[in-house]
Amino acid sequence: MSIKVRIPTPLQKMTQNKTEVELSGSNIRELIDDLERNFPGIKERICDEKGKIRRFINIYVNEEDIRFLKQDQTSLKDGDEISIIPAIAGGS
Amino acid sequence: MKLRDDQIERYSRQILLPNIGGKGQEKLLNAKVLVIGAGGLGSPCLLYLASAGIGTLGIVDSDKVELNNLQRQIVHSVNTVGKSKVESAKERLSAINPDAKIISYDARLTSANILDIIKDYDMVVDGSDNFPTRYLVNDACVFSKKPLSHGGIFRFDGQALTILPGKFACYRCLFPEPPPPGLVPSCQEAGILGAVAGVIGTIQANEVLKYVLGIGELLTGKLLVFNALDSFFRQVKVPRDPKCPVCGANPSITKLIDYEQFCQIRKKEA
Repeated sequence: MSIKVRIPTPLQKMTQNKTEVELSGSNIRELIDDLERNFPGIKERICDEKGKIRRFINIYVNEEDIRFLKQDQTSLKDGDEISIIPAIAGGS
Repeated sequence: MKLRDDQIERYSRQILLPNIGGKGQEKLLNAKVLVIGAGGLGSPCLLYLASAGIGTLGIVDSDKVELNNLQRQIVHSVNTVGKSKVESAKERLSAINPDAKIISYDARLTSANILDIIKDYDMVVDGSDNFPTRYLVNDACVFSKKPLSHGGIFRFDGQALTILPGKFACYRCLFPEPPPPGLVPSCQEAGILGAVAGVIGTIQANEVLKYVLGIGELLTGKLLVFNALDSFFRQVKVPRDPKCPVCGANPSITKLIDYEQFCQIRKKEA
């Protein structure tokens, strides 16, 4: 199973500057664990101490925000494209 | 309102366009748009809006032009380093198009002044550079039912969303609350490629033009994300959140909030 994940700029330091990585997992929770296995330390940037996805980071399966699906239990299938999108405030 | 001969010539390339015409040009000349921040996003946005003939342009910024701004803040120039950004922008925009009436607000937006500043405008463009201002602008636009173009940039990434309060998702439907201080670098420490500001600021100008003209499809209910390194664009859906703290069914936020400035560098300077 291969799922493409878009990594936002603030987290690319942890993915050897890759903007996109290929991972596997049957749901978002497993995908985040696979991300952590490949890039140790990245999970705590995405999830809080209790393992909940931080409120200023959204995760999308294709075009859909997982907050409006089954959150981190949202299931994944081969070929899905995941975007991790944090709030960004720059403008000046 | 009748277009003058010089206006027909000046705007001829857009008057020619289907769905715009003389009527569309009159809409632009009658429109009032407020741009928050005359910086990386505000610069290209202001240049295109003034050039297109938006009749009244408000500009809010409390900073002065610095040499290190010129790499991306293309409305300013070496001749205006040291001047207030609103005055610098006004000079440049008036030189491009005397049709544009420029109203400058050399001020920092707070809960005390924002509702009064935005009230006479048809649309607001957020080109600010920090989370407290962004949430203040979103909430004020929701309370005032003001259309808002949101744009954000960070290093090589950009985002844009258009908000029609009460009809489509607001910024808090997307991100309910600002990140806690320290977790997200939000300003000068991060760095930015000037052209990224150009891409997103220009998309914001395009959203304003489409809204005023009533043409095309706005970036409502969808977030545009851009990455400059691989020229990647994607749109993701942003549904209205029934639990949104400001525009949901039972809002918990009913008045404006002045969040603490949590940009690390600004804190050190203070």
